[in-house]
Amino acid sequence: MIDATGNPRTVLLLGGTSDIALAIAQMYAPAKPHVVLAARPTSRREAAATQLRDLGCETTEVDFDAKDTDSHAMTLDAAFAVGDIDVTVVAFGVQGDDEQAWQSHAHAVEMAQVNFTGAVSVGVLLGERLRKQGHGKVIALSSVAGERVRRSTFMYGATKAGFDGFYLNLGEALAPEGVKVTVVRPGQVRTKMSEGRGKAPLEQTAEQVAAIAVKAARKGKPLVWAPRAFRPVMSVLRHVPRPLFKKLPI
Amino acid sequence: MEPDYELKKLTGWARTSPTVAKVVHAADVDSVAAAVAAAGERGVIARGLGRSYGDPAQNAGGLVIDMTGLDKIHSIDPDGAIVDVDAGVSLDQLMKAALPHGLWVPVLPGTRQVTVGGAIANDIHGKNHHSAGTFGSHVLSMELLTADGQVRTLTPDGPEQDLFWATVAGIGLTGIILRASVKMKKTESAYFTVDADRTSNLDETIELFVNGSDDNYDYSMAVPDTISTGPKMGRATFSRGSLAKLDELPPKLRANPLKFDAPHLVTLPDIFPNGLANKLTFGLMSEVWQKLVPKNGHRGKIMNLTQFYHPLDMIWEWNRAYGSKGFLQYQFSLPFEREEELKAILRKVSTSGHYSFLNVLKRMGESNRAPLSYPHPGFMMCLDFPIKQGLDAFCADLDDEVLSYGGRLYTAKDSRTSPEAFRTMYPRLDEWRKIRDSVDPQGIFASDMARRLELL
Repeated sequence: MIDATGNPRTVLLLGGTSDIALAIAQMYAPAKPHVVLAARPTSRREAAATQLRDLGCETTEVDFDAKDTDSHAMTLDAAFAVGDIDVTVVAFGVQGDDEQAWQSHAHAVEMAQVNFTGAVSVGVLLGERLRKQGHGKVIALSSVAGERVRRSTFMYGATKAGFDGFYLNLGEALAPEGVKVTVVRPGQVRTKMSEGRGKAPLEQTAEQVAAIAVKAARKGKPLVWAPRAFRPVMSVLRHVPRPLFKKLPI
Repeated sequence: MEPDYELKKLTGWARTSPTVAKVVHAADVDSVAAAVAAAGERGVIARGLGRSYGDPAQNAGGLVIDMTGLDKIHSIDPDGAIVDVDAGVSLDQLMKAALPHGLWVPVLPGTRQVTVGGAIANDIHGKNHHSAGTFGSHVLSMELLTADGQVRTLTPDGPEQDLFWATVAGIGLTGIILRASVKMKKTESAYFTVDADRTSNLDETIELFVNGSDDNYDYSMAVPDTISTGPKMGRATFSRGSLAKLDELPPKLRANPLKFDAPHLVTLPDIFPNGLANKLTFGLMSEVWQKLVPKNGHRGKIMNLTQFYHPLDMIWEWNRAYGSKGFLQYQFSLPFEREEELKAILRKVSTSGHYSFLNVLKRMGESNRAPLSYPHPGFMMCLDFPIKQGLDAFCADLDDEVLSYGGRLYTAKDSRTSPEAFRTMYPRLDEWRKIRDSVDPQGIFASDMARRLELL
């Protein structure tokens, strides 16, 4: 149960090795919640769990493969075996190489499967379980890339556009049953996923995104940008006519 | 078959941690029994008027039985001073019905808007704890619907006395209290004779509690100022009183001494922004409050219920003043010998950056037999903090201090403590759990608080 000050007793990280998910877990760590890390069984997952235990959290590791949708029910059952899940962070995804992605069939399908199909699959199963428990918060990591999909990152952007639309409305659908979904739209974040990319405008660290996400979830906000300055920027970009938009160096 | 329900978002009085439950309205005993029989894996809990600050009367994803429809006063016996009432009867309703018979509700908390069932389940206390104990101590018998569908009649010394005392302060987890018979107090009037003093610092305030200044009064309490820092910190209005005898009343009131005299001024609309409860507004209110009592105090003043006992009832829905973020009440106790530690805690509060205006300090008398009953001999202090950043860590810090000095928190007020802290505060928890497990082995009775504190 989330207490009066907004602290959860249990946190589920879907994408338990994502830098942003771990930064969010660390934001909650002073209240020593039980953190369930759902990810592929790697040494990275182990290291993440150790790090959280060092902060005083209890941890449980659960196997999760975003592409294997048939296994998702089992993954969630294993997570909910801990008890009610107060906060769930949906933070898995692949960014890939933009130009390769739209030209390689395998690459494109994988990206769509992980970022969109996988996210919808766990979203539906998660919603089912959260409705039953009558409470819970979900932090869904979307991206500004999905708000207006642009040529330079359109494969990733298209999957995030689908993700964003799904989780925003899943939030509306679940609200009457006590579940709040917060969709977070970061710009470029300095993480393992963006390794090798140049510095982008309004770039954030995982910790900065986590702080914004946790604050918004505490307030029960359905949508937040990270940093907040992206909101007006994207609002303008959304309305730029296509002929002009495609000439922008973005 | 699932009973008719309404999907509803519920919170406690402090308006924090909302969850959604299926709310069933109790029409009669049969409808309560049907709802309990239909409880699914998320269980069922009774709810009264929702005045507990935290989460004991919510049950996320499960059933919540709104007991306020079960509100019949079955009998009032003026000679024996005994009333027989349904659990959904409020203390306000009971007081209005009993006063014409010269009967007074023996234990009144800070509001009359609580049900008899809630009063037992939280084993509430009032400003007269040092003279009268808790509400549970005045219950002669009660009817409890248990998980097996049976309605058991329990008495404090009868064959199922363990279950009686596990139900008193049992926050609804042993079953549903349906009806109770309560021993009332006979009174000649509905007014109080009140002596009040104003102290100028914390040492003077504490001194009035330990020097026996309130021994001869039924009711006593202080409102200390924890917003001022420096020498004024802890200054307080200290009032002590007893129910007035007929011959103590001025002639004007003598004509109708048992009149229910509790005016209500205004109902707050739900429009207050967050952050209005701050050092400036609270500082001003605190200054005004302290000046309500004249510098040299007063003696033998006749006051009505609102003036002496329920000043907050003048403003209905006052919790809205804290805005949508809500607030939390930190009510803790400390044993008598810990007065220096109490002073240190209050000093810490005054410099914490978390401001509390609605403070109450009082001393408590003997404990009763209920394993989860809150009061024990010592001090109890209530603080109301608006929710803001850092409050969680500050309260966790206070928990550590309170625990290390042998104090505890009160279930009717708690909304945030940890299962580990709760176990330490209530050393008889296992004893209670054993009784509860024997009568509800499957954990049908469940609440958000029970989940949060791992009582299931």
